Amino acid sequence: MAGSPARILIIGAGPAGLRAAEMLAEAGCSPILIDEAPRVGGQIYRQPPRVPGFTRTASELYGAAADRARDLFVTFDRIRQRIDYRPSSLVYDLIDNRAIVASEGKSEEIAFDAMILATGAMDRIIPAPGWTLPGVYTLGAAQIALKHQGCAIGKRIAFVGGGPLLLLAAHQYAKAGAVPAAIVLPSRFESLAAAGLRLLPMPRELSSGLLWLLDLKRRGVPVLFGHRLVKVKGAESVTGIIAERAGRQRVIACDAVALGYGLRSETQLADLAGIRFVFDAERRQWLPETDPLGRAAGRKDIYLAGDGAGILGADAAEARGRLAAHALMTDLGIAHERYRPKPDKTAVACAERLQAAMRAAFDPPADLVTAIPDETILCRCERILAGELRALAGLLGAREVNRAKSFSRIGMGRCQGRLCGHAAAEILAGKLGISLDSVGRLRGQPPIKPVIVSTVAERKA
Amino acid sequence: MSGPRLQRVADQDRRLIEITVDGWAMSAMEGDTLLVAILAQRSYLREASGEPQGEMPAAGFCLMGACQDCWVWHEDGRRVRACTTYAEPGMRIRTTWPDHLLAS
Repeated sequence: MAGSPARILIIGAGPAGLRAAEMLAEAGCSPILIDEAPRVGGQIYRQPPRVPGFTRTASELYGAAADRARDLFVTFDRIRQRIDYRPSSLVYDLIDNRAIVASEGKSEEIAFDAMILATGAMDRIIPAPGWTLPGVYTLGAAQIALKHQGCAIGKRIAFVGGGPLLLLAAHQYAKAGAVPAAIVLPSRFESLAAAGLRLLPMPRELSSGLLWLLDLKRRGVPVLFGHRLVKVKGAESVTGIIAERAGRQRVIACDAVALGYGLRSETQLADLAGIRFVFDAERRQWLPETDPLGRAAGRKDIYLAGDGAGILGADAAEARGRLAAHALMTDLGIAHERYRPKPDKTAVACAERLQAAMRAAFDPPADLVTAIPDETILCRCERILAGELRALAGLLGAREVNRAKSFSRIGMGRCQGRLCGHAAAEILAGKLGISLDSVGRLRGQPPIKPVIVSTVAERKA
Repeated sequence: MSGPRLQRVADQDRRLIEITVDGWAMSAMEGDTLLVAILAQRSYLREASGEPQGEMPAAGFCLMGACQDCWVWHEDGRRVRACTTYAEPGMRIRTTWPDHLLAS
């Protein structure tokens, strides 16, 4: 590398990727920042299109997190000319030290000396009968519709699942005039209250959660703790949901459902990079292994930051972005004397405690997944029923998810198991009576998202 | 269900543009994704195809380019995700695969 500066790639322009880019830019590096979206911010700080008529302020869009969002955007504007920013670009494969990037119908190979993966997260989905009906959206989709497009996903919306973002989104919808039909949480009120006590040292987080809940109550929104989603009703479109608690069913009329049981890390690129994965028993997910700063296990040139390396939330993502950039610069001998990692390490440790409390509050009971009825569509791309996977686990001895995928096509569809992979592993493990980690994890396959053939064909090195 | 699925609740003072969807003229707002442009006027991107194992009705699911539920096509056959593609004036979109291309 003598003479020429190191070529550094950052994948993802959410809070983690942006903070990493800022650190590198300020040290005089010129990283390439590749992002799928047309504007920076990631999903959490998703911005409306740059078009006249989108006039909402940061406070209206991001509420209590407006200052953080604003500061990220200002930071980006400041470093914009010093970095190589590539919006609307998808890294769909990694081969050795080259990223294969699709943009505007063409693909390109970009070689790197070091790379920071800040790929973020998406909703954790637990299927229920009727979840594929038009009108059921992920919780993330409900938020994107509102933030990015100024739209609500329906007129009467049931918010089903868990996690602080569910309460936040329901609160934001209510404020926008789309008052939720109901909030349905499998977690019990007592677990939430207990988690609240654990948050006493974090008054800001505790009070915002309480405010959202109280605001929903004040508006007369039913908040149903300890209720499971039995089914989404409707023939061709959502007409309601059935929720159940201790054998008592309750029907809620609605024309849309926002569904999400917390978040799951997007790890496909880490997998393609050959990074070692470890099973995180708390999050019930296989995750790329890193050291505390984000150095990837098994690849000396790759670093991970943000929710793609385990869910810790947006604030911690900023800290983790800086820590990963710090590790990278230390390893490459790039001088950056001013930065002191201690406050960011403290922020990450704090977020670990917060997330542990959130899991205790909101994690659905294990049998919510394993008890999905046989006739439920599990894989929406290939339309495979939960019962088909169960039958196969018994008949063919598929004790591992990739074998189950080969036999059933589960997770082989166009979303590549992003939506069903987690539930499929839980169901397989449940049926076989073995632990979740022993059924393994779906391997990532390139392209990590569908790319049209002409895009692949027109590749320049 | 018929009629609009998505409800506009903010930022509605935008320039109107015209697109064509399945041969029908449709007005959209500048900055709309195709998904929003279509679902702010009707209930589905695609209706059920009718056969027991045919296409399920679709209206998108994740809106972040991950689930691939919202594929639509330009009339020249190029496939795009409706949730990540912006409506542009004069765009001609089909919500089912444009198999008329095979006939020609």
